Amino acid sequence: MKKDNKIFTFLRDNSVPIMFVIICAVCIPVSGFSYSYLLNEIVTRMGRNIFLILALLIPIMSGMGLNFGMTLGAMAGEIALILVSDWQIWGIPGVVLAMILSIPISILLGAFCGKILNMAKGREMITSYIISFFMNGIYQLVVLYMMGSIIPIKHFSVKLPRGYGIRNTVSLLNMRQCLDNLLAVRVGGVKIPVLTFMIIGVLCVFIVWFRKTKLGQDMRAVGQDMNVARDAGINVERTRIISIVMSTVLAGFGMVIYLQNMGNIATYSSHSQIGMFCIAALLVGGASVDKASIGNVFLGVILFHTMFIVAPKAGAQITGDSMIGEYFRVFVSYAVITVALIMYETKKRKHKSAAAQQLQAAQNEEAAK
Amino acid sequence: MNETLDRTNQTLADRLREFAKSFGLPRLIIAGFLLLLFIAAPFVGADFWTQISNTINRFSWNAIMVLAMVPMIHSGCGLNFGLPLGIISGLLGATLSIEFGFTGPMSFLMAILIATPFAVVLGTLYGWLLNKIKGGEMMIATYVGFSSVSFMCMMWLLLPYHSPTMVWGFAGKGLRTTISLEGFYDKVLAGFLQINIGNLSIPTGTLLFFAVLAFGMWAFLHTKTGTAMTAVGSNPTFARAAGVNVDKMRMLSVILSTWLAAIGILVYEQGFGFIQLYMAPFYMALPAVSAILIGGATVNKATIANVIIGTFLFQGIVTMTPTVMNNMIHMDMSEVIRVVASQGMILYALTRKTEATK
Repeated sequence: MKKDNKIFTFLRDNSVPIMFVIICAVCIPVSGFSYSYLLNEIVTRMGRNIFLILALLIPIMSGMGLNFGMTLGAMAGEIALILVSDWQIWGIPGVVLAMILSIPISILLGAFCGKILNMAKGREMITSYIISFFMNGIYQLVVLYMMGSIIPIKHFSVKLPRGYGIRNTVSLLNMRQCLDNLLAVRVGGVKIPVLTFMIIGVLCVFIVWFRKTKLGQDMRAVGQDMNVARDAGINVERTRIISIVMSTVLAGFGMVIYLQNMGNIATYSSHSQIGMFCIAALLVGGASVDKASIGNVFLGVILFHTMFIVAPKAGAQITGDSMIGEYFRVFVSYAVITVALIMYETKKRKHKSAAAQQLQAAQNEEAAK
Repeated sequence: MNETLDRTNQTLADRLREFAKSFGLPRLIIAGFLLLLFIAAPFVGADFWTQISNTINRFSWNAIMVLAMVPMIHSGCGLNFGLPLGIISGLLGATLSIEFGFTGPMSFLMAILIATPFAVVLGTLYGWLLNKIKGGEMMIATYVGFSSVSFMCMMWLLLPYHSPTMVWGFAGKGLRTTISLEGFYDKVLAGFLQINIGNLSIPTGTLLFFAVLAFGMWAFLHTKTGTAMTAVGSNPTFARAAGVNVDKMRMLSVILSTWLAAIGILVYEQGFGFIQLYMAPFYMALPAVSAILIGGATVNKATIANVIIGTFLFQGIVTMTPTVMNNMIHMDMSEVIRVVASQGMILYALTRKTEATK
């Protein structure tokens, strides 16, 4: 009896990853991709995405939910890369310089985002989501109108022919996969970007260490209960802002890594979907709005991107129309986020009503005395 | 500071300041900006009356979708970011009506009739879901909208539509991304009693249709059920104590909102002349949300006047900025201005200290 219960709890708590394992198990044979091709693709995508997804962990820790505002960090990374490619600094120095340049922009944007989220406590997610749209407008203003006219941009390959504004795509050909190729190891036809994974490893160690520091503990306290944390003498507002700033800075780094792998910047659209895909991947890995671990990130990337690679081909094989698979994976990304949000909210309500019942019972007891 | 001043000696500046405070600064900036655009229009060579006609036209297309925000705000469900769900019911009605071979004004009527059961069923499910997750409505509504749009993307391809005006010519199946409404209900409302004076043209029919629905909404909010709904929104505990079924009221408001969104998209299509499928409804909630907020609504308070003022201001900016800005500084900054103004307005509303929904 008890064992059954355990299995049931396990199934319920991990329903999303299990569902994805099933989807992948069905789609992989149908799609007909070779295993070495799949493995190669997944390793590449792990190197490309994990850093970005890790950036989401810190705001979850401090109880601010899924940071849809990570798009701001992505914008900062893009602006930094545009500047670096205009200065024609390529290779590893270019990547490092872009990361350094992205820091002040990320801090500025992150602080702005954190300030606003402090004004909208209790609805952080929808607010951060709207902030990402709002900032997209400002980003366009800067990149499309101010770059070249106010911010000096020289190189013709970056600038639009009309004299100001940035081209639709900025090529990073001379920077393409320079991080990934340095120290790359080939194991049976699968290229493993060791350096990228080492950077990711360093970030993982940092996050584990950070949780144990005073600031990390403060964040967890704020995430548990803001009022209790405030009574304990923690500056709640400041802690929350720091957590968003950290997330934004990490997202900026992550975007630089992501784009050096891709090899070009789609100036006006690269960042727009990033938040959604990262959040979906994290949730597929079994994370929830208030709890996420590094393990969730890795599992999520593998499952989500396997689905992403095989779905269009499998859809084409089953229905004879390649667009079905394309739409299917977009649908799954949104559906996963929807389901995770619903589960989180119902759980929160259940806890609340349970707490209310306990209080009621305690009061009844008090009254009986 | 104003309290220390003698009230009788209140200067005009003070009164203005108080007015700005109650009206909201961003709203004032947007209204001022639009006024400036209207004044500037003749000087930069844009015809004033054409601009006015465009604004009124776009107002008539969008007003009902903005009106769809009202019931959910009243019942405390917040801003309906799940508007695309209702839009999908409308699209199903539109495509099915054409598929069944209706033409002319009849196709519009049938589209409304067919869309209604879809809106009611989807609205019921959506309302049931929102009742389960009180407090987190807005975020989940957003993603319900997104998932339903991306789900329907697959359905538009798979559902067995055959009407040659709608499916891809060479494949013979799968709906096109845009379907022309010529011969169906293109301008069916706008053409009714249309007034044309020089460059000014007013789509009387569409405005009347909106007026009827808006009046209906106003009247409904003053019935017993409507008052109960408002009570649920302003104080659920009190409403429950007064014997109102909170969940039922919220569900009713969601169904109403979904249905209005379905009608709204049909009216939009008849003005625009095309049905847009696939990813088109994706971001349609955001303009409607920001329009009602610009009109003076908050996350938990909205009136019909907010709808009318808001839609007019929002659509005014959307139509005026491209022409005026282009002529003035030879730069098309309209997109940026639209995004910053509308999203900024939503942000402003979300950060106001309102009583958190329960």
